[in-house]
Amino acid sequence: MRFVIAVLTTIALGSAAAPAEPAPPATECAVPDWLMPDGELARVGQAIKDHRQLDITVVGSGSSALPGPDGARFAYPEQLQQSLREQLRGIEIKVTAHVQHRQTTADMVAGLQKILADDQPALVIWQAGTADALRGVEPEDFRTSLDHGIDAIAATNADVIMMNMQYSPRTESMLGVSAYADVMRWVAEQHGVALFDRFAIMHHWSDEGVFDLYTATKDYAMARHVHECIGRALASLIINAGHLDAGKTESTR
Amino acid sequence: MATASPLQAATSERDLRLDLFRGLALWLIFLDHIPENIVNWFTIRNYGFSDATEIFIFISGYTAAFVYGRTMRERGLLLSGARILRRAWQIYVAHIFLFTIFMAEIAYVAATFDNPLYAEEMKILDFLKQPDVTIFQALLLKFKPVNMDVLPLYIVLLLLFPPVLFLLLRFPNLALAGSAVVYALAWKLDFNLPAYPNGVWFFNPFAWQLLFVFGAWCALGGAQRLAGFWRSRIVLAVAIAYLVFAFAITLTWHFESLGRFVPTWLAEWMYPIDKTNLDVLRFAHFLALAVVTVRSLPRDWSGLRSPILRPAIRCGQHSLEIFCLGVFLAFAGQFIIAESSGGPLLQTTVSALGIIIMIATANLLSWYKAVEGRSPQSRVRSADADLAGGEA
Repeated sequence: MRFVIAVLTTIALGSAAAPAEPAPPATECAVPDWLMPDGELARVGQAIKDHRQLDITVVGSGSSALPGPDGARFAYPEQLQQSLREQLRGIEIKVTAHVQHRQTTADMVAGLQKILADDQPALVIWQAGTADALRGVEPEDFRTSLDHGIDAIAATNADVIMMNMQYSPRTESMLGVSAYADVMRWVAEQHGVALFDRFAIMHHWSDEGVFDLYTATKDYAMARHVHECIGRALASLIINAGHLDAGKTESTR
Repeated sequence: MATASPLQAATSERDLRLDLFRGLALWLIFLDHIPENIVNWFTIRNYGFSDATEIFIFISGYTAAFVYGRTMRERGLLLSGARILRRAWQIYVAHIFLFTIFMAEIAYVAATFDNPLYAEEMKILDFLKQPDVTIFQALLLKFKPVNMDVLPLYIVLLLLFPPVLFLLLRFPNLALAGSAVVYALAWKLDFNLPAYPNGVWFFNPFAWQLLFVFGAWCALGGAQRLAGFWRSRIVLAVAIAYLVFAFAITLTWHFESLGRFVPTWLAEWMYPIDKTNLDVLRFAHFLALAVVTVRSLPRDWSGLRSPILRPAIRCGQHSLEIFCLGVFLAFAGQFIIAESSGGPLLQTTVSALGIIIMIATANLLSWYKAVEGRSPQSRVRSADADLAGGEA
């Protein structure tokens, strides 16, 4: 009993002091290899080799942030930046997030040129699909928009990682995302672009009991953990696909 | 049991295979509509291009022609047309009833589920804030929640059916050709009915009508005309080869590492396999399944009268009720699974219970009809078109 109380107190204290709360150990939300895309991020490797600098732009809809004034601070783009900075010491890492609430892919593509010109990123992480599913955009139009966006990014020579929607079991019966997920998979394959399958990864976490994604909770702790894990998974994807061995970059200095 | 029917002798007796496969299709549709369900692995959509929807629509077309074709020959266009429209009305009412249940579920989730992680996804519930618009759009069949697309398709197909049936009875091949032309035009010109808040119908009626009309054409003697085709060994071999091919392709969806064995030219030609517009690959897959089924299950097969298959046949004989019940049970089952974060055991239990409830209800309906003295046994020539040869 005393043990239970101790555990509960720890949990309570932990969630009260949310920013300082201990992160789940990396193994807990590790992503198995088969859920990680293959792919080459040539431009990322080049940028680090030539300039010891990596500028990443994240373009996404609401699920690329967390609600509330602190939302951006705990969302995956920021977590990705932290994780990369920890692992790639001596490299200047900058992650810029352009979160556009309620914007469909077509809307995003319209503003993409300006973002690319302003940020001049080596890598674009493009999260799409949820807003399109919400608005019931025709999958065919969704596909065309993705094609245009990827072409626009390719024109600037930047690498791309596409990211699909979240796995959200409680809204699954209301929000049909599978058609959009299929389109993204197909587009990624056609363009030879890496697809970070957030849907499958979160589904895996749910199956394994890492996160209970069914719970009704107003608490931010779990949401932050999920974003932290996504940020870390993205970081390891970038490190692997860009052939940025964390140790090596240090020694080549 | 056999009756004096103006239709050809072969079509005068109820083909239990139709009821059997429609019943099975209803079970599969129920299972597929529970997204988190391990039992889904047994449904045919995982093993080929087509799924239970094709079976359901084809058989619905077949029975509609079988039932209303007889009425049209005996009583004329006006009365049969009126009966078809009455059927469409019943389905419309059933659809709106399901919509109400869906709204209740959504409203509950909106009021209880709150998780900052899903702030974006929860916006789907925003339509609750504008019931004035949403409910009207639902009544117009433009707003259709996920998994509630089959009945609106069925309604539109029935609304257009009186003239189609009229034509089918006089110039069957011309009618079928016309249907194929509409299908081709729908692909070429990309037309579909509009949906709310935007987009188009998930099942494009102008494409899916082909399967419905083809079913009707088969019922009105087309199946006999095609007998040589069905029985040909070459056709059978092609059908089996195609089913194996489709199975191999679907395997690459489940095991992504196998995807590299699909040549790029094939993938580019084949994908996306469009469900909305009834992709030719899906239609062909359904045909191949039908060829193999017709070959391996003759209509006088004794197993059709065995007690093992009776539950599925019963469900198929009350398709509208059981379909609606299935959609409702899928909502309810999914709700239970979500509320208790259930694992495979609960999913299996919920799936099995759902099918048992469907069977029990079908039996109850049969019993009720028998007691009312309206069963096919007692009054085969009943004026009630819904009963003869199964429901349309």
